[in-house]
Amino acid sequence: MSKAILMQGNEAAVEGAITAGMRFFAGYPITPSTEIAEQSALRLPQVGGKFIQMEDEISSIAAVLGASAAGLKAMTATSGPGFSLMQENLGYGVMAEIPCVIIDVQRAGPSTGLATSPSQGDYMQARWGTHGDHPVIALSPSSVLETYTLIIRAFNLAEKYRTPVIFLMDEIVGHMREGVELPDPGGLIINRRKMSFHDGANKQCYFVPEGEYVPAMKPFGQGERYNITGLAHDESGFPVNSNEIAGKLVGRLLDKVEKNADDICRVEEFAMDDADTAIVCFGGTARAAMDAVLAARAAGKKVGMFRPVTVWPFPEKALLARLPQLRQILMVEHNHGQMLLELQRVTRCARPIHFLGRVDGTVISPSDILGKLNEMEGTHHAE
Amino acid sequence: MKDRLEMRFAGSGGQGVILASVILAEAAVISGLNAVQSQAYGPEARGGVSKAETILGREKIWYSKVSTPDFLLALTQASLEKYGKEMAADGLVMIDESLTVPDWMDRGRVIAIPILRTAREEVGKAFTANIVAVGAINRALGLFDDGTLTEGVRRHIPAGTEEINAKALAAGAALIRPEGNKEGI
Repeated sequence: MSKAILMQGNEAAVEGAITAGMRFFAGYPITPSTEIAEQSALRLPQVGGKFIQMEDEISSIAAVLGASAAGLKAMTATSGPGFSLMQENLGYGVMAEIPCVIIDVQRAGPSTGLATSPSQGDYMQARWGTHGDHPVIALSPSSVLETYTLIIRAFNLAEKYRTPVIFLMDEIVGHMREGVELPDPGGLIINRRKMSFHDGANKQCYFVPEGEYVPAMKPFGQGERYNITGLAHDESGFPVNSNEIAGKLVGRLLDKVEKNADDICRVEEFAMDDADTAIVCFGGTARAAMDAVLAARAAGKKVGMFRPVTVWPFPEKALLARLPQLRQILMVEHNHGQMLLELQRVTRCARPIHFLGRVDGTVISPSDILGKLNEMEGTHHAE
Repeated sequence: MKDRLEMRFAGSGGQGVILASVILAEAAVISGLNAVQSQAYGPEARGGVSKAETILGREKIWYSKVSTPDFLLALTQASLEKYGKEMAADGLVMIDESLTVPDWMDRGRVIAIPILRTAREEVGKAFTANIVAVGAINRALGLFDDGTLTEGVRRHIPAGTEEINAKALAAGAALIRPEGNKEGI
């Protein structure tokens, strides 16, 4: 008998989160993410954690930020409509540097859209949904097993860089079941770098040593008093009106992700070694792309797949490394052309970029992609 | 079994067709096969069209949706008419006896059996219809041994309901006559 078990993507997200040390979940159930709340409600009490169903998504992320500031690894899960409501407090988490994981299992929008249908229409919202210049880390899994391993990485990045991490799933992966054997995470769990007021000479809670980007974190409410705010603040955490301090703070927040992009960015490549045509996709779209690559290869075409696993920041270096060998690129995504914009920006359109998208709630099939590849051989105009 | 089997399960929301597809995928995983299961349904908790899909295979399965089903379970007339048209040429259609086979459908590829009535009258619980169907599908397609299928069911039912579900599985299998579909698909 095989040791594998059948598991849903949403369930794997919860199991991975618990393995990563998640001990607090606050959320408001919404299709197609509901199983994450259900499974968290079941599993967290078993490991000494807490689950709270909140009255809405605004309070859900507020509770998550509070729990994390107090010292617990915390997560919430939602879909597009709820993700919209979370945007203000997401920015608060970025500014106050509170680690947490926010899962968005994307569904067809805009607004309440098609509640049970797949989409990848929140890609740009993940980047720019909250106001102001801010850093974003977002990861997107394409299988049930990867959902498990990648959400562990999401928690690790949240702790390492003291920032909310967006886990950008889609209905395809969230609601899909596959056989998996969950791997032992070994020593891969990163825990919070805690700091006490009694450490060394510096007693400021947002103190960052020269040459570093991330302050250590004091657990809030455990005997030492300090301030947390979404206002521009100095090292003590108290608001300031100094343009100099505000500029330095925002600069450091952006730098801590931008300057560490090599550490944060991951891609998956398939059949890219000799490819002259790259299918670029992310998340559940990769399932159809893989079959399309296999079929195209069987027909003698040099097609490969390039999949950003870290979708924000966009893995520019890895893509530019492939660009010289490419004749053309096909962007496939379940939206009207969102990652396409990043592709155009990064490549400066040095190669023809073709686009296959979908906004009707149906799934792009391998034959749709093969049809587009055939069409591309007839015309070479960038769209 | 073929190297790859695409199965579709369709009915009305609440009839349990999604669970039926999950149990067969679980049994496949237990027996060391690859399996991918997915579903599509409307926003309603009950009623509306519910469709689930399971792909079983010896090779890794990437694209998770069914394109040309080798098998269709239809528990409502609407789902039969809608999905019956998308079958593989040698695909098998299993329907409840209460449905009418449309004129355009090849009757030779249809098994009409009393799934809903068996659950209601023989097993004694209408909600076991999906498990009755699982038993019948497993026998008709020659998929898994009894132990594997029973374990697949056990992983997805509440503790304390093993007995009635075992009864439903057996009643479903008994609906398939030994002389028919012996070769499986």
